[in-house]
Amino acid sequence: MIRRRVRRDRRGEFELRIPPDERDLLRSVGPQLRDLLVREAASAQGGEDTAVSRLFPVAYPTDEDRQTEYRLLAHDELLASHLGALAVLEETAGADRLDEDQLLSWMRAINHVRLVLGTRLDVTEDGDERPRSARDPRAPAFAVYDYLTYLQGEIIEALSG
Amino acid sequence: MTAVPVEVKEPDVEDVVVPDRPWIVIVWNDPINLMSYVTFVFQKLFGYSLEKATKLMLDVHEKGKAVVSSGPREKAELDVFRLHEHGLWATMEHQ
Repeated sequence: MIRRRVRRDRRGEFELRIPPDERDLLRSVGPQLRDLLVREAASAQGGEDTAVSRLFPVAYPTDEDRQTEYRLLAHDELLASHLGALAVLEETAGADRLDEDQLLSWMRAINHVRLVLGTRLDVTEDGDERPRSARDPRAPAFAVYDYLTYLQGEIIEALSG
Repeated sequence: MTAVPVEVKEPDVEDVVVPDRPWIVIVWNDPINLMSYVTFVFQKLFGYSLEKATKLMLDVHEKGKAVVSSGPREKAELDVFRLHEHGLWATMEHQ
């Protein structure tokens, strides 16, 4: 029987049943994504790292002026929002229970990591890119990606329930 | 005799209301965001029913994109921003 990792309790909070090794993994992804985000912010126009750019999509693909204006207005706020979600995940990675806002931050932070990792791994819908052997050098990264996908599914199920 | 000057009110150009053409917010398909996640985000951000959110998600998945909201530019920009906060690939354009 697979134990649910995230369960809504009677008080409307969420009980976490996450083994220690998985919590270690969650703690480790936070600082890595933070470094990438901060580095992206340091570059004037962004867009140097396509995987990180995935977290800052273009709002006006056919209107360069409006896009420049939008990026000026929204970029820092979006960065702060991404970092905020990540901070909640890092601060509460060892928690036994979370309130709904905290779990929503986990959901977003985990999805950001999946987006960056999935873009790096060239993930496709049909899965042709997947390593066929455990000796494939990409296998560990795919294992992390798959775990985060699984955990995100658990979180969404608990939030939707 | 001096005529009392008649005040002529010049039309104030800024009072002329130009109808704001509506903007549409489009979410594009991507291979990473989970179907259940996209549905959940549409419900959470726009207050859509599970049925409506699921239909929009399936349009994104099967047709490659879906119009998820529309309105004045400021509202559309806010919707795009909130979708970007959730990692969805959203753009906006004139209807």
